[in-house]
Parts: sequence; structure tokens; C-alpha cells
Amino acid sequence: MTLRVLVVEDSGATRAYVRAALSGGQALEIVEAESGFEALRLLPRGRWDLVITDVNMPDINGLELLSFIRASERHRTTPVLLMSTQTSERDRERGLALGAAGYLAKPFTPEELRSAALGQLRAGEGGGQHG
Amino acid sequence: MADAGDRAREEFFTEAQEIVEAFSRNLLSLDATLKVGGDDPSLVNEAFRAVHTLKGLAGLFGASRMGMLSHRLEDVLDALRLGRMPLSAQVLDMLFAAVDVYAQILGAEKAGSDAPLPALEELLARLDLSSSKGPAQPNLVVEYEIDPGLLAVLTEYEEHRLRTNIEHGLGLYRLRVQFELATIDRALEDIKQRAKRHGEIVTYLPTGESASPDTIELDLLMASRDDLATLIGTLGADHVVIEEVPRRRRPSLAIGTVPPPGLGGTLVSLAPLAAGADALADAEPHLVEAAVSLKAVTQTVRVDIKKLDHLMNIVGELSIVRGVLSRLSERARSDGQRQIAGEILRLHRSFDRRLGELRDAILEVRMVPLGQVFDRLARVVRQISRDVGKEIRLVITGGETEIDKLIVEELSDPLMHMIRNAIDHGIEPAAEREKVGKPAAGTIALNAYQKGSHVMIEIEDDGGGIDEEALVEKAVAFGRVSRADAAQLSRPELLGLIFAPGISTRDRAGDLSGRGVGMDVVKTNLSKIGGVVDVHSERGIGAKMTITLPITLAIVSALLVRVAGQVFALAVSSISEAVVFERKGLRVVDGREVVSLRGATLPVCRLAEHLGLPASQERPARRFVVVTSLGARRLGLVVDAVLGQEDIVIKPLGPSLSRVRGLAGATELGDQRVGLVLDTAALIDELLVTGEKSATEAALDG
Repeated sequence: MTLRVLVVEDSGATRAYVRAALSGGQALEIVEAESGFEALRLLPRGRWDLVITDVNMPDINGLELLSFIRASERHRTTPVLLMSTQTSERDRERGLALGAAGYLAKPFTPEELRSAALGQLRAGEGGGQHG
Repeated sequence: MADAGDRAREEFFTEAQEIVEAFSRNLLSLDATLKVGGDDPSLVNEAFRAVHTLKGLAGLFGASRMGMLSHRLEDVLDALRLGRMPLSAQVLDMLFAAVDVYAQILGAEKAGSDAPLPALEELLARLDLSSSKGPAQPNLVVEYEIDPGLLAVLTEYEEHRLRTNIEHGLGLYRLRVQFELATIDRALEDIKQRAKRHGEIVTYLPTGESASPDTIELDLLMASRDDLATLIGTLGADHVVIEEVPRRRRPSLAIGTVPPPGLGGTLVSLAPLAAGADALADAEPHLVEAAVSLKAVTQTVRVDIKKLDHLMNIVGELSIVRGVLSRLSERARSDGQRQIAGEILRLHRSFDRRLGELRDAILEVRMVPLGQVFDRLARVVRQISRDVGKEIRLVITGGETEIDKLIVEELSDPLMHMIRNAIDHGIEPAAEREKVGKPAAGTIALNAYQKGSHVMIEIEDDGGGIDEEALVEKAVAFGRVSRADAAQLSRPELLGLIFAPGISTRDRAGDLSGRGVGMDVVKTNLSKIGGVVDVHSERGIGAKMTITLPITLAIVSALLVRVAGQVFALAVSSISEAVVFERKGLRVVDGREVVSLRGATLPVCRLAEHLGLPASQERPARRFVVVTSLGARRLGLVVDAVLGQEDIVIKPLGPSLSRVRGLAGATELGDQRVGLVLDTAALIDELLVTGEKSATEAALDG
């Protein structure tokens, strides 16, 4: 089964970067959302094996999205990776406290992103708890 | 960075450019707000977000200079948005300077150049001095019983807004709002706008899945100057529940720290809202859903304009096929094959219609609003008006007028120069203005609108107008016109002298307009994109320059003419009419051949001789004069035959012909031959003003 990844990021170039980093090797279906709203619209439309979201977005920010996913019956077990430029520890701590599976500080290399994402996907497959 | 993929890198440049442009617009709004003594924290936050995003992008794509600049700017903007530093005109100047430095950095990155950028170094030094921030504010204690789930997701900025609002004595309210997912963006924006009357919406948090997959509930935290009843009056609705957040009496909760351990429980307790969602969760997702969801996110595609040029070239080639069809039909008819002729004609018509639609669709994609350029100009005007100490009010209208992307790219320099010229030479110093009863601040109006297949841009100032006497003196001194000729010039011709090389009405050292190029270069650059400028001036009242531009460069509607057996194309936009040439009406005035056209005298040029074409074998019974114009000047071109009108795609000439004056390019004609495109603007320039003998006297002789 193709694993589905939702990438939430308001910067198109960063979305393209993430897509490029995740393509090749294991086949993943990557769906992009350009805002928190878009993510809220996409989330109910099926099963997600991983959500990768930027923290600093206008309107619905990454932490809000994360908190929504954790509170949702359907997606509470979906791992969420946060990406942020914030140098302060604040976002990272808050994100992890809210239940983020990992935190990628920008700039990250494509390899760092890929290994973090694949790590989460493998863990998920092992658990086999998506529906 | 090869890893990130070339596409991503391409996207990086486009996006960075867009963000810098948005940043610049944002600064202009900030500037405007600052001038009226207002303040809009959301504007500062937007500016912060712009440099923040640029910093993130710079990191990913290895643009270290952009990263460095963004990092420092982020510090300054962070201090501004968190209220640690006041926004002053000086700070704003630095931010404006950053817009230009970003452009330089992007240019260098694109070119792969590592050459040092002095402007960057200078700005970084200035930013260093300024970012000595005030002490960080202690984390204020919040006296309200705010849902810890909400506090946990506040960004630093939102926390700051919350604190500031409480400090200012605003009350806190919680709004639970049901949104349709499809329209949530607009609906939320609407609520935010309506809330502005009472205070500010600090943050919102989706509370969990609602009963329907098409709706979502958001918790909005709002600070308000007005009471609950008032809020319910303006914001209340069926899907909105508003309640006051009570002040707490117990020891208060410090915000800005990791939420208390009980948080998880609080959040889970929100989950029952999602009661109906379980059933949905069991439904297997299928391919259709995935397709729909993908569709929802890819609404726009960025395309290199060269690809559109390529498409347009194909349209040009299809036009040739269309021409062939038309000729085939005629031949079949003359051969007596009436039925076939009729069928081909029908085919031709349908082909023609579809091709027209295709062409229009491609053209539409190339169109961008002029507002892009106008925004940049607004920034420059602000800068110049500070530099020269003249207060300028720039009034922009018609920014939504659309024009070919390629034309927009070439417009900003000429427009910038014309505006500089208006500020420098047009607008008088404040004292002088007040003496004649004008407001101290000068006004420059920039107006754009579409007129048929042209876009008009007007630059109008309420300054002193053009000093015509000084202009003539200068033109005579530079040998552009003889004193005798000058006395005969019509007003449009006289004002047109402003575009003659080397002419400027004032040459004080340090003049802004003297810094770069002259108005002659402005005119030349505009004519390269098919633009013409007309000048109007009223002494003491102001001057107005009107630029007429084609909407697109991709396709030109052309008149095909035959001269000495060869076919030439002339842009229809430069032609006012074609009349029969009557040899007996030809007179020679001051060495120039002229004819009378409805009582006025029209200088004419026999194209065959002018272009040095071999004498034609053709002895047509009648010849034609095609009347072309450039601004107020007119010139008649004598041709052997007028063949008809056709839409052509102009292709550049090869190196051997490209230096020939008066030729704009080549085009493929319907019979698969190549025709030359005449540059009427260049012909008029060559023959009517810079020619050895001025034709103006002749023109006025009628």
C-alpha cells in the first residue's frame, strides 16, 4: 500500500524542496497543502501515514494543526513532524509537549528530512494502526 | 543544490521575489499608517513573517547572504512586533533599503556570483547598530481563565498581542464558530475585519472534528473594548457562540511556558465534539478522494514566459496554414470547383475562429496587472521625495489594468525616470508653491487604463509645467533645431523636444534626473516595447505625459503593403489611414516632398527610394499613401499596393539586417514567404526630426 504523506507549508519552494527530498526510493503519495485551512480540508479525506507541517504559517499555525490532529479521533495516532526556522527552544518544546513525533529545524538537508520521515513511516507500519 | 531539484530551486527564485515584493508593499502600508500617526500591529507581523520565510528559504537553498540579511531583519522586526522597539522613519528607511538589497542578492544568486555586495555590507552594519533592543518584557501574568489548550498553541507574537491587549484594559472573549471548510478562509477574514471595530482576534484554534466533514469548529480568542452584549450584536449569529472569559481569583497561570501536565487531558476532553466522525473514519479512502484532494491544492501553475512565446510562435505558424486555406479556397473557386471552395471556406472560418480563441487564451495568460510596477514606483517616490526634500503625494489609479508581462518588465525604468523628472523639474519647492496658492505637497498622479488594444499610462504632476523658452534655447544650443525652424514649431512639436538627445530644461549639478539617463533614452526604451509618449504642459499648472502601449508584444496586427515588388508589414497601431496617392498633388517644400491631406500638409516618403530598392518594373495605375503617426507627428509612406491586414508574429532579424534603421523584424507571411516589418516610429524619427532638413516647417506650411 502506498503510504500517504501530507505536507503543510505556505512556501511553495519549501514544498517543492520537501517533495524532492522525499521522492526516489520508496514510493510515497505526497499531497501538498498550502495553508492550515487547506490541511483541515484535506485531513478528513482519507488516511494519512504522516503529516509534515511548518510551524510558522499565517492563520492556522503548525502547533494549532498539531493540536487539532492530536484531538481528532481519526488522526490521533498519525505522526506529525514539525518544521520550523525558530531558533528558540520554545516552539520545539511546545511542539513536543503537544505530541509532535519530531522537530526539524530549518535549514535541514534533504537526507535529514528523508530519514526523519522514513523513520516515522516505518514505525507506523510496524504498529499497523491506521484506518 | 542539486538535491533539492532544479524545479524547487526555480520555484525558490520566483517565490523569494514575490515575498520581497509583498514585503515592499507591506512597508508602504506601514509608512502610510505611520504618517497619519496610526499603528497596525498586523502589518509589522506580516513584514516579520516575510523575512522569516525568506530566512527559511535561504537556509534550504544555500543562499547564505539572503539568510544573513533576513536573520538581522528578523531581529529588528521581531523587536518591533513585540513592542520592544518603536517604529520610526529611520527604521523604516532601513527596511526599505533591504528591499533593494534583496533584489541585488537574488540577482547575484541567480547569476551564481559571489562578488561582494557593498550595499549588503552597509545595510548589515546599519542593522547591527539598530538592533540594540530594549530589555525583554517580563512574562506578564494573565489574570484570565483561558483554556490551557489555547495558550499552549500561542505563538510568541500572539502572546505579545494578548499581553498588550490586557495591559490596555481590554476584556477577553471566547467565540466558538462553526465554519464551512470550503469557505473558511473568507469567513474567518470577514469575522476578523468585523472584530476590528471592537478590538482584535488574538488567535484561533480548531477544536476537533465536527459532526460533518464539511464543517469545522474554531475557538477564537478575542480582546475587546466593548462588552458582551455589543459583541453579540455585531458578531453573533446562528453558528457563533460568544462568551466572556472570566478573570481568575486564584494564583494565576504564567503564560509563555510549557503547558501544565494536565493539558493532554484537556485536549482529549474536546474530542467528543467529533462524536459523529467515527463512522466516517471507518470508510475506506479510495482513489477518487485522493484525486479530489490533489485538485484542491493545485490551483495555479508557474510557467516560464518563454514557453508562452513558443506557444505563440505555433499560433503564428498556424496562421500561415489559415492563410493557405483561404488561398486554396480562392483557387478552387477560380477553377470552377465551387463545392470544394465552399467547404474549404467553411473549414477556414471555423479554423480562424478557434485560432483566434487560442490566441486570446494565450495572451490572457501573459497578462499581469500594472499594479506590480506601480508599487515599486511608490517606493521610489517616497525615497526621492525625502532625498530632495519635496513632499509628494502619489495618487495611483488603474493599477488593475493588465498588460503583457514582458512589457511590464521593461516599463519600470522609463516610468521611474519620468517620475523623477516630474519631481525634480516639475514640482516646485514648497515655498514657491504656497506663493501661488498651491498646496505645499506636490501631487503626482499615475493613471492607467485600457483603450482598445492599447494601454494608456498617464503621469501627471501639478508642478510648474515645462519651461518652453528654456527648452527651445537648449535645443537650439544643442543644434537639434535651427532658430528659424524653432519659431515655426507647433506646440506638440516644441514640447516633443524634451525627448531630443542631450536636452534637459535644467542642468544644475545634483539634479536627480541628471543622474542617470536623459528623456531621449526613456523614449527610445519605450519605443522598443511599442510605446509612444505624448507631452502636454500648461505653464504654472503642471505637465502630463501620456504613454500609449500595445497590450502585448506577442502578436501585432499589421497592414501588408507592396513596395517595388516586395511585401512589407506595418503595425496597424501606428497607421491612421491610407489614401490614394495623387502625383499631381505632390509639392516640394524646403526640400521635402509633401501632399495635402484634407487641407493639412503631410510630409511623404517614397519607401522604394528611401530603402534603396531596385526600381520597380511595376507601374501601378495608382499608388497609395499610408499615413503613419508617432505621437503628434505624421508621415505618409508611398507604397505600390495595399494588400490587406494580417496578424503577424514578429521575429528578430539576423545580424546582417538588424542594424538597418527602420526595420523592426521579419515575419512569415501566409504564402510561406518572409516579409520585413517596417519600424514606423524609427522612420518618423529619422525623417522628421533628426533629418538634415526639418520637415516641421513643411508640416506647418499647409
